[in-house]
Amino acid sequence: MSATAPLACKPGDYKSETKPIWCPGCGDYHVLMALTRALAALGLPPEQFAIVSGIGCSSRIPAYTTCYGFHGVHGRSLPVAAGLKIVRPDLTVIVASGDGDGYSIGGNHFMHACRRNVDLTYLVMDNHIYGMTKGQPSPTTEPDFDTALTPGGTGVRPFNPLVVALASGANFVARAYAGNIHETANIIVEAVRHPGFSFIEILSPCVTYRPDQRAWKDRVHAAPVTATDDAARAARRLMTDDGFNLGVLYRGNRRPFQPVVAAVPCDLVEFEKGFEI
Amino acid sequence: MSGTSDIQPVSSSAQLYAIAHEIETDAVERYNLLAEQMQTHNNEELARIFLDLARAEGLHAEEIRRLAGDLGVESKRGPIGTWRTESPESADLSAAHYLMTPRDALQMALAGEERALAFYTGLASAATDPAVKKLAEDFVEEELEHVELCHRLLRRYPLPTGVTADDDPDPPRASD
Amino acid sequence: MSVAMVGSGGAGVLTTGSMLLEAACAAGWNGLLTRSVGPQIRGGEAAALLRLATRSVECLADHVDLLVGIDWVSAQRFESEIALAPGGLIISDPGAGAPPAALTPAGARIIDLPLAQLTKTNPGWRANMIALGAAARLLGLDEEVLQQVIKQHFAAKGQDVVGANADAVAAGGCAVATAPSEFRLARPQKTITKRWLITGNEAAGLGALRGGVRFAAAYPITPATEILEWLAPNLAKVGGTLVQAEDELASINMIVGASYGGVPSLTATSGPGLSLMIEALGLATAAEVPIVVVDVMRGGPSTGIPTKSEQTDLNIAVYGLHGEAPHLVIAPQSVTDCLLATQWATFLAEMLQTPAIVLSDQSLGQTQAAVSRPPDVAFIGLRLRATDVAAPYKRYALGGSGVSPMAIPGTRGGQYTADGLTHTERGIPTGSARDHGAQLDKRRDKIERYAYGDLWATLEGEGEVAVLTWGSLTGVAREAISLARAEGHNVRLIAPRLLLPTRPTEMVAALAGVSRVLVVEQSHSAQFHRYLRAHYTLPEDTLVLHRPGPLPIRPSEIYRQLTRGKNL
Repeated sequence: MSATAPLACKPGDYKSETKPIWCPGCGDYHVLMALTRALAALGLPPEQFAIVSGIGCSSRIPAYTTCYGFHGVHGRSLPVAAGLKIVRPDLTVIVASGDGDGYSIGGNHFMHACRRNVDLTYLVMDNHIYGMTKGQPSPTTEPDFDTALTPGGTGVRPFNPLVVALASGANFVARAYAGNIHETANIIVEAVRHPGFSFIEILSPCVTYRPDQRAWKDRVHAAPVTATDDAARAARRLMTDDGFNLGVLYRGNRRPFQPVVAAVPCDLVEFEKGFEI
Repeated sequence: MSGTSDIQPVSSSAQLYAIAHEIETDAVERYNLLAEQMQTHNNEELARIFLDLARAEGLHAEEIRRLAGDLGVESKRGPIGTWRTESPESADLSAAHYLMTPRDALQMALAGEERALAFYTGLASAATDPAVKKLAEDFVEEELEHVELCHRLLRRYPLPTGVTADDDPDPPRASD
Repeated sequence: MSVAMVGSGGAGVLTTGSMLLEAACAAGWNGLLTRSVGPQIRGGEAAALLRLATRSVECLADHVDLLVGIDWVSAQRFESEIALAPGGLIISDPGAGAPPAALTPAGARIIDLPLAQLTKTNPGWRANMIALGAAARLLGLDEEVLQQVIKQHFAAKGQDVVGANADAVAAGGCAVATAPSEFRLARPQKTITKRWLITGNEAAGLGALRGGVRFAAAYPITPATEILEWLAPNLAKVGGTLVQAEDELASINMIVGASYGGVPSLTATSGPGLSLMIEALGLATAAEVPIVVVDVMRGGPSTGIPTKSEQTDLNIAVYGLHGEAPHLVIAPQSVTDCLLATQWATFLAEMLQTPAIVLSDQSLGQTQAAVSRPPDVAFIGLRLRATDVAAPYKRYALGGSGVSPMAIPGTRGGQYTADGLTHTERGIPTGSARDHGAQLDKRRDKIERYAYGDLWATLEGEGEVAVLTWGSLTGVAREAISLARAEGHNVRLIAPRLLLPTRPTEMVAALAGVSRVLVVEQSHSAQFHRYLRAHYTLPEDTLVLHRPGPLPIRPSEIYRQLTRGKNL
């Protein structure tokens, strides 16, 4: 393929032939459509993107694209992505996770990734459940949701990812709904283009374990106000957030983390002088 | 969900061709995606039906390209699309399940065509440019035919089955 | 000569030991310095343990010749580590009371050095500097060389401070002018080779850079932190980057990501950190991503004894990964060897697209030693990259050596998803028996078939008797063997540097003609012995000398076992 061939930039160019294992009806199909649209809109060839994921249904997404992918271990997508982006700032790195992988085992990395502010875009497909392992509660599951592992529900207050992201320093915070493919695609494009750590919580219903989530399509609604660059104002909005406000909440101005590298590397012999007797 | 209220009034034939083309190609993509899902989940009959629907939508798209001629069908909004949420004719992917019957698939298609019909009807009445109005009305006619076709096909499968994935006696499996 | 200096909070014992070593080396001697400390962060009791010699030394001697007490507060803590030689000398401040009985064997000579009195009458003089002067004079160390070290050390604090310390050192020397002269070291030989004063941890850092590492992720842990702190500014100078991670799970996964992006990457840790990193090591093995992890072993299990050495992470380094995950384990054998081992590990990891664990330990990592400048070795990792990619790209293609070309992100046509899931040649997840077997064979074969050459082990000497050991005990065994040789006994030294993959053919050759083996290791359960039994055939007459940390195994212990234990 010639390097000067014009880019096709159609969403179909970013979808691979690997057939997804997701249940028909899964919200993640919508996310895949939104993602391929976003990648096409960003106008870079597939080899310039790397999609890094952990473990879970949502984390299967890299192989369903024609981009470079990394399907790592449970909860560790963010450090893999950070290491990759730091040494390869030329790549566009997108991270995909779910509410279990991202907010439970990955919770610590989530906080520090927001804090460190490497230029990444983090998509968490939240379905308030552990789908891959057959229906255990996740940190965003309602406390009274009955499951085999937690009869009667966890009794534990759900995790609030937008609050944590904002408080930890994420430079872009948004919520999307998988069913709104074009809107989600637009938010992804904006998130990628926004420098620093961009976080999008994507409500993505699980048709198998949470059939009740079909009602989400009627519960989601556009946020009543437009995005702010004032973190305090964004925090106040989150106080009255019902969990279904869609749109960009916060666009910050923090400089992304990218270590400065010596332009002219010194010779290794220089280090020996420090040891010489 | 249809987004009919999201779209601005259409001011030119070129723009209308672009929108109409986008509606069809979006539908092609969705039906292909559904066909792939049905294939993976061993529902061969539904895979065939969705491939047929994809092919039909593909023909509509071709037709629109031909009609547009020199005006072309370039969408201004690029790969993402013109609507805030999704295209009017888009099949509801969340309504799919692996034990779908042909009737379910056709009802999905019918719902899409009806939404498209409503969309073009609204466009036609709101259009001020006579050429645009005429074109929109042509599309209304076209969609009426599609709706009628869906009804005809549905008559082949008269009994509602009410089958859902819960009719599978085997529980879901963990994969990773 | 072996010198021990002890003192408590604020005495500056460790600084003193360091300056003494520096001065001795500047004067042409060889030597090494280790430390032993109490649990306090500061102000605790401390011991600086030095060994100085005209020839090169790799371990502490059996006994201490000169024990210098700046004070004796809590010094009995070091009883097990400081055994005064018969006829040894103790320098003690009469104002600080008698040295503890535990450190004073029968027949020990004591010389008074009135430190408290001298510091009281000479403001600006410090007890440890007086003691330094005394120790240096006893050793026959050229005063001018010592004064030069003093000047360099205190230059930043101004002329007055330099002067006061110089005077204190001189006074200390004068105070022992009439002391016995048998503690003087022989004149050092002039060497033309460059020499370095370096710790094992620093050597590992330099080895990493020489091997091509240009990214490191860091999480501090005793006793490995110095590797990362050395790398932090120096990586930047060579165009690389070090990032501090939030925990070991982050640091190991960061280097996996950076390596996937095409950059040789490394982290350093100790036992507890390695335990956390095991899952990601398995991921790197399965996805065939090269990484290097330096494990500076310390006393275990669990939090263990963080400041002491032990050889007990062998099991987890070799066997710790779940599933079948062949990888590389390389164990440096001396302070200098930390450089070669880390460089070689980086080279091999890149060539074979697999993780390499470098099993160093606290006694190598935190010992400062005078060594000959290590030769430049041409081990710069060359990762096999997929450049002209033919569709469909098979990242994990079978055949050949088992190493398949790796497409670096950005390479058109090379897109693939790296996966910990069992996969096909194209990297697509699969559960098929054929693919699983084929990929297991591939990953095993690429490591087993590689020609590692002579570096796989240190093989020295001839004879029917062999000492089989590894890591930091190699130097101790070597010294014990030379003691035996002086008595007319021929003993071989066999110390594998490459612990994984095992080398059955080479070990058979190494053991040809050996009828008696002494295995030596610093491990309560004899991990190395069990490893040897699992993978190699040892002669029937095999004894094991093993004990856990924290005390180092001494040359005489091995020698006694060799002679008494019917080995010889």
